[in-house]
Amino acid sequence: MTTGRPILHGASSGSATGFSGAELAALRADFPLLSRTVRDGRPLVYLDSGATAQKPGVVLDAEREFYERHNAAVHRGAHQLAEEATEAFEGARTTVARFLGADEGEIVFTRNGTEGLNLLAYGFSNAAAPGALDGVDPEWADRLGLGPGDEVVVTEMEHHANLVPWQELCRRTGATLRWIGVTDDGYLEDPATVVGERTKVVSVTHVSNVLGTLNDLTPVIAAARGVGALVFVDACQSAPHLDITGLTAPDSGVDALVLTGHKTLGPSGIGVLWARRALLEALPPFLTGGSMIEIVRMEGSTWAPPPQKFEAGVPMTAQAVGLAAALDYLTDLGLDRVHAHDQSLVRHTLDALAQRPWVRVLGPTDPADRVGAVAFVVDGVHPHDVGQVLDDAGVAVRTGHHCAWPLHRRLRVPASTRASFSVYTTPEEIDAFTAALDRVPEIFGVAS
Amino acid sequence: MDLYGELILDHAKRPHHAGLREPFDAEVHHVNPTCGDEISLRVQLDGSGAEAVLHDVSYDALGCSISVASASVLAEESTGRPVEETLETYQHLKAMLTSKGTDPGDPEQIGDGVAFAGVSRYPARVKCALLPWTAYLDALARAGVDISATSTTP
Repeated sequence: MTTGRPILHGASSGSATGFSGAELAALRADFPLLSRTVRDGRPLVYLDSGATAQKPGVVLDAEREFYERHNAAVHRGAHQLAEEATEAFEGARTTVARFLGADEGEIVFTRNGTEGLNLLAYGFSNAAAPGALDGVDPEWADRLGLGPGDEVVVTEMEHHANLVPWQELCRRTGATLRWIGVTDDGYLEDPATVVGERTKVVSVTHVSNVLGTLNDLTPVIAAARGVGALVFVDACQSAPHLDITGLTAPDSGVDALVLTGHKTLGPSGIGVLWARRALLEALPPFLTGGSMIEIVRMEGSTWAPPPQKFEAGVPMTAQAVGLAAALDYLTDLGLDRVHAHDQSLVRHTLDALAQRPWVRVLGPTDPADRVGAVAFVVDGVHPHDVGQVLDDAGVAVRTGHHCAWPLHRRLRVPASTRASFSVYTTPEEIDAFTAALDRVPEIFGVAS
Repeated sequence: MDLYGELILDHAKRPHHAGLREPFDAEVHHVNPTCGDEISLRVQLDGSGAEAVLHDVSYDALGCSISVASASVLAEESTGRPVEETLETYQHLKAMLTSKGTDPGDPEQIGDGVAFAGVSRYPARVKCALLPWTAYLDALARAGVDISATSTTP
């Protein structure tokens, strides 16, 4: 990796180059699923990695090896297997911390990105309970206290996972939800007009899961910082493609971020919440039960220090080990090269679609402002039908509102078709996709 | 590709009986939350109970060709018929749609509905084809029709 760090916006991949044809062929051989065929023997063209990525063999091997050699409940049991399982699980935490450039004590394993965001939102709800903030630094108690008159700010381009939990938090606490708008070309509007003195939380996506917009977080963070609001970042769509260590840097201004394993070449059922230690110490727990306690009496209990405070029950051990293997795989590829590869795919796709005037691309036209995905509409043809024609040619894309219904409403389209990429996506696959797309005007009788 | 037969494409492009009309006995609005397809649908009945006749079904459908064509075929096949017969059509159509390609459908029972036989091989699209019918059943129920028979297979 190069210097890392300055990736709040502009995600410059510097001088790094993507993967050569030979490198891509070798890399693809690491992913067993990519060699299968679909729909009567057609080669699979998987352009739905933004929904979930395929897994390299090392991830599957890591999970299998854990179950075959080391399986036991972690953090308990006085036997060798329990020790090995605990070591594997905590080793995975170390790998995640390294990947994020963060401290191990700031890494909480969750089920997915959605759970990480709910953990934060419910932390605020639970902070409102009597006694929940006893012993918490008064400044932090004030930051976590949410009620009528307080505001939570999100954006109009959020995935439902970073919208609905905050809507619900506002409903429970009486706080008000506000949002930063989206421009016609898919960028965030000026956050300073929305973030104000009443704002306690700003939760924003790093990369739009629909538009691929790489958001410039600098003005968002500046506005939030100016009023003492906490800043949370949904990094589910950026972590698979970018070095995001800049977000966790001591002076980044970001207080927490979430990512999900299954989009990052890892298993499903595992995600990560990174948060600054002071926040994790002050925030009340979300789920309670075994493993997360300090002392339990019939009358009540106290909590273990973070991150255990947020990991109730036997954790997703094999999945954490698999995720660590996935992150190591990405690190070995070199995140600067991973990003350069993504940039070349985005550019290739935008160029190819620009030659088709019947295709309307949603979001930024400058490839440098995009990560991982290109969504579009064909006027007069519903995305479901576009997706069906592509599927007939073995091309897998996502159609619908991609869990971002308000964004589609804002862009005045009922739904869209999205091609999304990963490290194993090839330019030839983009060509197969656009060739299959050319059947759409002919089948549905719209002008081409 | 076999999914988009001429009949479906024709109905999707020029949906029959489209538009919301008055008077009506009940109106419903149904969505498919996975893709955002929406339909508003109204029914107007003559008579009541087992003798009720579907005087008019009108709709405003926003969605893929399968769901729009399905609304069109529903209106085409059902308007002017005894409600009980339309419920039988629904059951035969549903049986075909959920057959995973094993039931080609009988034109005697479902008319133009046979055009949707190909849909049954695409589980994700079955919901699209059923959306107008689910809305229709709901509208009938709201208009006081007993639709409990449709929860059993024919």
